[in-house]
Amino acid sequence: MTRAALQALLSHWRRHPLQMLTLVIGLALATGLWIGVQAINAQARASYDQAAATLDQDSLPRITGDLTLSDFVRARRAGLQVTPVIDERLPRTRLRLLGIDPFTAPPSPATPTLTGEGDLTAFLTGDLIFVASDAIDALPGGLPEARVLDDLAPGVVLADIATAQAIRGTDALSHMLILGDTPTDLETILPGAAVEPPQTGTDVARLTDSFHLNLTAFGLLAFAVGLFIVHAAIGLAFEQRRPLFRTLRALGLSSRRLTILLAVELTAFTLLGGTLGIVLGYLVAAALLPGVAATLVGLYGASVAGGLTLSPLWWLSGFAMSGIGLALAGGQSLWQLARLPVLAPAMPRAWARARAATIRRQAVGGLALLLISALFAIFGEGLAAGFACLAALLVGAALLLPPVLVAALDLGAQRARGPIGQWLWADTRQQVPGLSLALMALLLALAANVGVGTMVGSFRTTFTGWLDQRLASELYLTASDQAQAADLLDAIDGRVDAILPIVSAEITLQGAPAEVYGVADHPTYRENWPLLDAQPGLWEQLAAGEGVLINEQAARRYDLWPGAQANLGDAGTWNVLGVYSDYGNPRGQAILGLAAFDAAFPDAPRLRYALRIPKDAAPDLQDDLAARFDLSPQQIVNQAQIKAFSLSVFEQTFAVTAALNVLTLGVAAFALWASLTTLAGMRLPQIAPVWALGLTRRRLALADLGRALALAGATALLAVPVGVVLAWVLLAVVNVQAFGWRLPLLVDPSGWGWLGLWALVAAGLAAAFPAWRLWRLPPAHLVQVFAHER
Amino acid sequence: MNGNTALHRLIGAVVAAVLAVLSPNAVLAQGGFAGLGQGGEGFALPKPNPTFAFPEDHGAHPDYRIEWWYLTATLEAQDGTPYGIQWTLFRSALTPEGPQVWMGHMGVTTPDTHHSGERLARGGIGQAGVEPAPFQAWIDDWSMTGPDLSNLTLTATGPTASYDLDFAATGPLVFHGDNGFSVKSASGQASYYYTQPFYEVSGTLHLPDGPVEVTGQGWLDREWSSQPLEDDQEGWDWFSLHLEDGHKLMAFQLRGGTPYTYASWITPDGTLTPYQNQGVTLTPLATADVADRDVPVRWRLELPDRGLDVTVEAVNPDSWQSTLFPYWEGPVTATGSHPARGYLEMTGYE
Repeated sequence: MTRAALQALLSHWRRHPLQMLTLVIGLALATGLWIGVQAINAQARASYDQAAATLDQDSLPRITGDLTLSDFVRARRAGLQVTPVIDERLPRTRLRLLGIDPFTAPPSPATPTLTGEGDLTAFLTGDLIFVASDAIDALPGGLPEARVLDDLAPGVVLADIATAQAIRGTDALSHMLILGDTPTDLETILPGAAVEPPQTGTDVARLTDSFHLNLTAFGLLAFAVGLFIVHAAIGLAFEQRRPLFRTLRALGLSSRRLTILLAVELTAFTLLGGTLGIVLGYLVAAALLPGVAATLVGLYGASVAGGLTLSPLWWLSGFAMSGIGLALAGGQSLWQLARLPVLAPAMPRAWARARAATIRRQAVGGLALLLISALFAIFGEGLAAGFACLAALLVGAALLLPPVLVAALDLGAQRARGPIGQWLWADTRQQVPGLSLALMALLLALAANVGVGTMVGSFRTTFTGWLDQRLASELYLTASDQAQAADLLDAIDGRVDAILPIVSAEITLQGAPAEVYGVADHPTYRENWPLLDAQPGLWEQLAAGEGVLINEQAARRYDLWPGAQANLGDAGTWNVLGVYSDYGNPRGQAILGLAAFDAAFPDAPRLRYALRIPKDAAPDLQDDLAARFDLSPQQIVNQAQIKAFSLSVFEQTFAVTAALNVLTLGVAAFALWASLTTLAGMRLPQIAPVWALGLTRRRLALADLGRALALAGATALLAVPVGVVLAWVLLAVVNVQAFGWRLPLLVDPSGWGWLGLWALVAAGLAAAFPAWRLWRLPPAHLVQVFAHER
Repeated sequence: MNGNTALHRLIGAVVAAVLAVLSPNAVLAQGGFAGLGQGGEGFALPKPNPTFAFPEDHGAHPDYRIEWWYLTATLEAQDGTPYGIQWTLFRSALTPEGPQVWMGHMGVTTPDTHHSGERLARGGIGQAGVEPAPFQAWIDDWSMTGPDLSNLTLTATGPTASYDLDFAATGPLVFHGDNGFSVKSASGQASYYYTQPFYEVSGTLHLPDGPVEVTGQGWLDREWSSQPLEDDQEGWDWFSLHLEDGHKLMAFQLRGGTPYTYASWITPDGTLTPYQNQGVTLTPLATADVADRDVPVRWRLELPDRGLDVTVEAVNPDSWQSTLFPYWEGPVTATGSHPARGYLEMTGYE
């Protein structure tokens, strides 16, 4: 009996291969996009962990303070088991310079093969360094021979401690790791030093949390949209097999056994969809990872390895997500089936009546969610609140879609003239419940597209303008050392309009690590610097050393607006004169007048200069200096190059977002197609009478196509305001929380037009096949409808 | 964490450099590690008929490739339990003008246990070094401190044991080979090599079970050179014995393709007679399974010229120095014609 029943159940899929395809593809898409995003996140986190675990820094306590190698020797001779570490940015790069003492360092995952003749000597004498494979091309000039070491954490440059000191031009250590017992008498051995616990969570992990949250949100969105497809396919399969279920039950198959059989069927689909989803997820992740890696290194300086590893955990999580998806989508059907009376009739009218109540509930729920979203936007604190606001907004808008469409169609029906027109309006209205899930998916995809598109557009415009202001000088020059700097200054004396030194130092701002710059009093800054908020006479006061400028991130984080007092640690406390925008920089930053800077940091090296020169003279001077002083391309850069580089980083940043956008829209179109195909089969009893009254199949098919386009168009119209609100939330809530800056909202109506067009194309493609089938439907099928006792 | 990691390999290279003279393991000698099989080009070379200048020569000789201050002591607690300690500071120059690397080894042997410790340091920053006067040799918090070589205070701390000992010399320095020019192979590889074998030792061992007061006899080797051994010499066995009649005996053999033996017979007043590649026979009698290798822990040592024929047995067969480059080093007892206590070092057993 079981075997026969199973055969009967499975025969459905044999007769409806397309439906099975829909189900499996939907499941695979939902699982795959989710898995892909998770894989990217996992890869990034693994890279951060690898970076943090280099030298066991994540598990060893450390001694911090004003330390040099003499302090290291003093500690060792006092019996402390410590090892010195330099762990800083490699100057003028986004790479991480790790200086170690190979004789006292704990075993490291890095595996330099120093067995070649002279390698060990070269490492100790500063003639050999090791770099991660992704960092070799990013190395600046003037470094020792660099050898790629595959096991090194991404973005790491490994050097002997003395070599690292020479590269940085200072004898300071970053810290010392404690390998043995934590000392109790540290104060007597190293006065002023302090013991800090192991640094498990890196700054990078904290910085990039928001980015990964963004990706996760996109993954969830894709998963949700994929579930719409699965829900539609499963609902249809159960609906169509109701007569079969009744027959099987009447033949004596117990309700329990039938439920188990269907559960087995769902499990099989889980495995199939999960497997395909994992393969798809791997492909998605592999395709997007380079972009993500470029984004992370561009925005945060966080390096991520380029290779993906397919771990067993992936398979498990793939099946789990696929199973959860099927349970969400098919559980309801299974539950209804388990309670199905033996001879229950199919109840289309009751179903439709229940739908009316559903639409009322959707309206109430949608409005409530929008209210919640608004509350989050107004009162919420933190990134989680920002995303809760987003989620409530999107789900609320999706729930409101069917009621709004029904209301609009009711309005249209009142104005309709003629029987055909009235039938079209009424029939469309009748279809809204069946299509609502697919339309919601479309709404979500379109709104996300509008929202993210608007955010990216706003960011691009603002960012480009800001770059123009910020990079006002024509040439940027970096000397290798003080002596070269003096020679360079001699060489350009008289050939440029102005030489503006760029000096910086590490400080603490309100207790947190930050950097401070010193700027000369020059029109370049007065005329161009992108100020968001300023006191009158700001530049005069800055030059006179009466205050400090703060970047927007720090101003928002510590509430430092003009008039407030900013604590710059060792550099003292200063009046805040103004706040400037500083996009792309996750850190706090401050600007002092050059004289005040020099007084506070007399030892800061003066190696970088901005040169003002007529634009067309810049390339000549650049070539001339590069040739005469053997400067690397990084040492003399013109404004156009920096802008091009910054913009390319920016484009990379959002390439991932754009790709996910397209994928979501594709998934939504697929959902629409699945729903329309489903409905086409179920609607025959409604169409047959109209056909019998004289409407040709061709006109009916065109009406179906037109209806799909109209519904998609209406959805697109509704998506625009939702998308704009979404963009506002992203720019004014999520961005401020995640990055620390707020951007103006710049709308892009032509973009919406294109998007609407794409929505129509998607809907048209989705509706074309069902319509074509209706057109080509043998009249006998339509006649048969009247023979069935429905 | 994986033991065969980068830094271990790097340190392994240093250790191999330091031990290349001690243990010309075939693989190491093939130039696999930092080119050590390549000879001592650019380094100063030991020459015959040396004239030593003290205290300067107690200090470091950075223009030679390799050098050590090697102190061992056979000790006894009041209850008669035998103990042994080792304290060694190695210096290795990677290139003639290049970086200097220092390595410290310590060992404490009881009849049942063996404790070892190891320290590494770069030269030039003061983490390790040797000052001739007042005499001071140190790495981290391990130190061998004078005023001079005749009166030393010794301390070292390993992961499981430590010691504080005083050494007082009761006799003169003795010079091996040809007045301190010590030949190591038939083809002429040599080192400068002298010894202070006349220390009386007292102090405290800090063992896991608590402190133990000990007394005994100590032996300090000073040796420096630039030449590795012959490629086919695969390891060595080195004995230092304090005979009960007041004589001292040092004997070693280099095993492998071209074996080489040497012995120094030292009278109580410090007169040394060398036996260069003749006259001394070292025969393994029994091996023990130590760290998955067969290591001879009972030997027959014959020096017919002095009527000496003794059986030398390890106090603890498991005296394995589990340092990055491992070897056997521990106290021994000799029975037969000349009862004695002493130290045995064996390298190159695979």
